[in-house]
Amino acid sequence: MGFVGDTVDSIKSLQIRQVLTQGVSLGMIVTSALIIWKALMCITGSESPVVVVLSGSMEPGFKRGDILFLHMSKDPIRTGEIVVFNVDGREIPIVHRVIKVHERGDTGEVDVLTKGDNNYGDDRLLYAHGQLWLQRHHIMGRAVGFLPYVGWVTIIMTEKPIIKYILIGALGLLVITSKE
Amino acid sequence: MHSFGYRANALFTFAVTILGFMCALASFTDSFNSPSPSVQVLKVNWFQKQPNGNDEVSMTLNISADLQSLFTWNTKQVFVFLAAEYVTPKHVLNQISLWDAIIQEKENAKFTITTSNKYRFIDQGSNLRGKEFNLTLHWHVMPKTGKMLADKVVLPGYRLPAEYR
Repeated sequence: MGFVGDTVDSIKSLQIRQVLTQGVSLGMIVTSALIIWKALMCITGSESPVVVVLSGSMEPGFKRGDILFLHMSKDPIRTGEIVVFNVDGREIPIVHRVIKVHERGDTGEVDVLTKGDNNYGDDRLLYAHGQLWLQRHHIMGRAVGFLPYVGWVTIIMTEKPIIKYILIGALGLLVITSKE
Repeated sequence: MHSFGYRANALFTFAVTILGFMCALASFTDSFNSPSPSVQVLKVNWFQKQPNGNDEVSMTLNISADLQSLFTWNTKQVFVFLAAEYVTPKHVLNQISLWDAIIQEKENAKFTITTSNKYRFIDQGSNLRGKEFNLTLHWHVMPKTGKMLADKVVLPGYRLPAEYR
């Protein structure tokens, strides 16, 4: 009886240790990803250093599903730059090109008008009611580089959240059941 | 440790890393000369002060440029636009895009076009009479993958009419 009890105890303790180790590994992976993301935010000076293109308003340059790398510097905003901005009251950022700039000499404040390359008219229809110009604080970053197609993963996971859950479930299962 | 799955995974990760690296390198192989465009203001169509107090001018422009040297194997499109730049007492810089176009093929990169301004040339205020301005031709090369490049040529010495018409 004592022998059986000892064996059962040793098996139980082994399993708990294994599960705990794998829980810690999973936690480490998630935390490293978070650290890299926050470091990117610091380096590029932008709240959101990578964005996915969601609409076709900048075609053929940027297509839906492309990823844009952003960088925000203190340099003044000039026409031709592709900027990412948030409209007050809307959470989805928009990626369009600056077509008009009026920079005040005394305060350094700037009025900016944007337009999507593939759109017929400028973005005044997208701005908040009564808003005619964007200011610097609306702008989150300038697009400096891009990778095609990679953003489709994010789009699919947002539009069909069930796939997100399946993926996370499968990953979790893999980590827990791996023998290494 | 040496199972098929393990090896396939290692190979796949390596391949994707190399691909990412090559995409980043792709931008560095682009090199080009400076095109020399010419722009003429053929005609000022009209020049008025709007009811809200802002000056507006409409003009017909003749733009010719040869941007063929910008096209490489990694070029997806060249976005070219012409901006008017001028200074006013209240505003240290004003930039108004007057016309833009997207060039996707190298053959189309050498062009001459006569057009009136695509976007309205409206001042913030009433400062445009007799105003001197530059016309700057900007081009923005968007690659198939990698870093985007932008450059411009400034053509100074244009002037708006002294009176409304």
